[in-house]
Amino acid sequence: MEVLVYLVPLALMLGGLGLAGFLWSLKSGQFDDLDGAAWRAIADDDPPQVPQK
Amino acid sequence: MALTRDYSHYIKELGPGIAHLDLAVEGVSCAGCMAKIERGLSAIPDVTRARVNLTDRRLAVEWKKGAVDPAALIDRLAELGYKAYPFEPVRAEIVEAEQSRFLLRCLGVAAFAAMNVMMLSIPVWSGNVSDMLPEQRDFFHWLSALIVLPAAAYAGQPFFQSAWRALKAGGVNMDVPISIGVILALGMSVVETIHHAEHAYFDAAVMLLTFLLAGRYLDQNMRRRTRAVAGNLAALKAETAAKFVSPDEISEVPAASIRAGDIVLLRPGERSAVDGEVIEGRSEIDQSLITGETRHVAAGKGTPVYAGTMNVSGALRVRVAAAAEGTLLAEITRLLDNALQARSRYVQLADRASRLYAPVVHVTALLTMLGWVALGASWHDAIVTAIAVLIITCPCALGLAIPAVQTVVAGAMFRAGVLINSGDAIERVADVDTVVFDKTGTLTLPDLDVVNAQNIPADVFGLAGRLALASRHPVAAAVARAAGARAPLPGAVEEPGRGVRAVVDGAEVRLGSPSFCNVDGLANEILSRDPEVSVVAFRRGAQCHVFAVRQQLRADAAAAIAALKQRGIAVELLSGDREPAVHHAAQALGVDVWRAGVTPADKIARIEELKRQGRKVMMVGDGMNDAPSLAAASVSMSPVSAAHLSQATADLVFLGKELSPVVAAIDHSRKAVRLMKQNIWLAVGYNALAVPVAIVGLATPLIAAAAMSGSSVLVMLNALRARGAGLEVR
Repeated sequence: MEVLVYLVPLALMLGGLGLAGFLWSLKSGQFDDLDGAAWRAIADDDPPQVPQK
Repeated sequence: MALTRDYSHYIKELGPGIAHLDLAVEGVSCAGCMAKIERGLSAIPDVTRARVNLTDRRLAVEWKKGAVDPAALIDRLAELGYKAYPFEPVRAEIVEAEQSRFLLRCLGVAAFAAMNVMMLSIPVWSGNVSDMLPEQRDFFHWLSALIVLPAAAYAGQPFFQSAWRALKAGGVNMDVPISIGVILALGMSVVETIHHAEHAYFDAAVMLLTFLLAGRYLDQNMRRRTRAVAGNLAALKAETAAKFVSPDEISEVPAASIRAGDIVLLRPGERSAVDGEVIEGRSEIDQSLITGETRHVAAGKGTPVYAGTMNVSGALRVRVAAAAEGTLLAEITRLLDNALQARSRYVQLADRASRLYAPVVHVTALLTMLGWVALGASWHDAIVTAIAVLIITCPCALGLAIPAVQTVVAGAMFRAGVLINSGDAIERVADVDTVVFDKTGTLTLPDLDVVNAQNIPADVFGLAGRLALASRHPVAAAVARAAGARAPLPGAVEEPGRGVRAVVDGAEVRLGSPSFCNVDGLANEILSRDPEVSVVAFRRGAQCHVFAVRQQLRADAAAAIAALKQRGIAVELLSGDREPAVHHAAQALGVDVWRAGVTPADKIARIEELKRQGRKVMMVGDGMNDAPSLAAASVSMSPVSAAHLSQATADLVFLGKELSPVVAAIDHSRKAVRLMKQNIWLAVGYNALAVPVAIVGLATPLIAAAAMSGSSVLVMLNALRARGAGLEVR
């Protein structure tokens, strides 16, 4: 059962990582336009990427 | 006179030297449109960003400040085939977007906590029946507490806040039992963990929050979506005014940026966005949107002009008066305020259910505790069992029962062309047994249409349409629209109050009043046959024609009214228009109860009378004069073409040229309320099965989790049935 010493923190860290990823994607506006995102994935080619700022 | 467009009111500055403009774009529907617009705008030098939001049908553009004229961007979009309107998000929409993001954040936190806690709970559940050491179980319980307590404190905020508000106001809503359940479950679990007990309910508490947040987020998202569409429509109808920036230079500015003392130009066919006084020019003014009176009022120097009135013939210079609200509007606003105050607050189904539910549940828990103590159990065991009852009955499915249906139905109604303005509209629509219609703009189409098109040769029609483009007179605009004209005739000259003329292939062509074209005889003949029409004459050399123009009934109006009657709903027609016109419409549509020439106050009186008879009245109207009666009715609906005030008052807004959305709204709402009630009974029934288990003290965390997710899924699946409400009016 000593293995719990590694596994439990590891599991918590992975969970935390997932949550952090979700919060980041939310903050960067990836959930603002779900319809658009669905279509962009199958667009022929990406519109020209213009660097921001 | 030079005309420029001024968008500075809408432009935001983002950081140093970057200008940002939000546009509502018409006709964006697919990936192709997005790519076309984004590529087309990015190709303009100095545009740094162009991003389409397909959900909201909006476009965000950014450019180096001062390097690009915003009008050029809109022109570029027009070249690409998209009409765009500068857009200013209203306060309510910003708040709603913020709320929806917060709910999603809470949902994320709760869902991740629930998943990770399950990883710890399942070993405990299986360990309890095998060989888990008590130390290991305690360790897992403490880990669960570490994950759940902060997560619940954060993700529970929407419920705690709402419950606190309800309690402070001396009421009870669904969030009160939810909050009590969650807090007691967590508190008891901590105490039990300290005492090395076998059961802790951390997983149940966070799972409950996750399910409820999912329902709430979906509900909020649907509402935000319809609000965005409504916002776009407002942008598309945004009132602008032609303001004099110098004695001979005018600029098209948003009405919101006009100040008292400014001088604006009111062109023929234009609706005034301001209140003021005429300082130059002669014309006639149509005040029908405000008073319902269809006869025009003569205007000259010194005549007051009110927002919402239409200038019919000549151009007017108007000095803007101090007050933003007109005096004519003041009367309507007063009626509106009274009606809104008198409107009895509708108690939503969810609140009614929770008013019954909360006391029953809390009393059951209390009796359980007292019962166990009376049977000789320790206080500790009795309290634990009582809390288990609260956890089992925590209205998880009950909390989902209504939002889940609402979300699905709002989506279905959205597809049928109905936007929902107020949250509880669905429940109120379902009760309706009487529908009161306004005539002008509601049963009829808002725009004038040519009725004798079949009598006029196509080439003449086309030419007249192109000539009509030179005039802003509403009747000329109807001819241009009916002809589908796009290219104006070069060199067309408008003679104010008479018509337009131009020279084509050496011959003069004229479009205007019958006397302007010398065809009074023909025009009088048409007028004697149908006194409701307006006429406009056309002459090319010796050839002459007369167009008859009037407001047409919506194509499916008769079918929609028949459909309403078939559903057992009484239909009435109340109009401010003259008797022959109303009589004619009522007869054509098969409406037996109608009144003509009614004032806004009369309309309210009639609605109040119906309400006193115990009828549930739905008012459908569009004019500014309908706004008070819209507020007085138990539920109200406006076409999208309605005056701003009416649309803001109405509970529902319908799109398009058809009346069938009115029937669709009623059908969908009735089905929705049926499903909501079913869902409530499903949830209650589920609890009735689980509660005895909890009362006898057998509700382990495993049973609690299973009961909760089982009932939630059942309710969600039932709600999905609202999607396929097949409906045909014709």
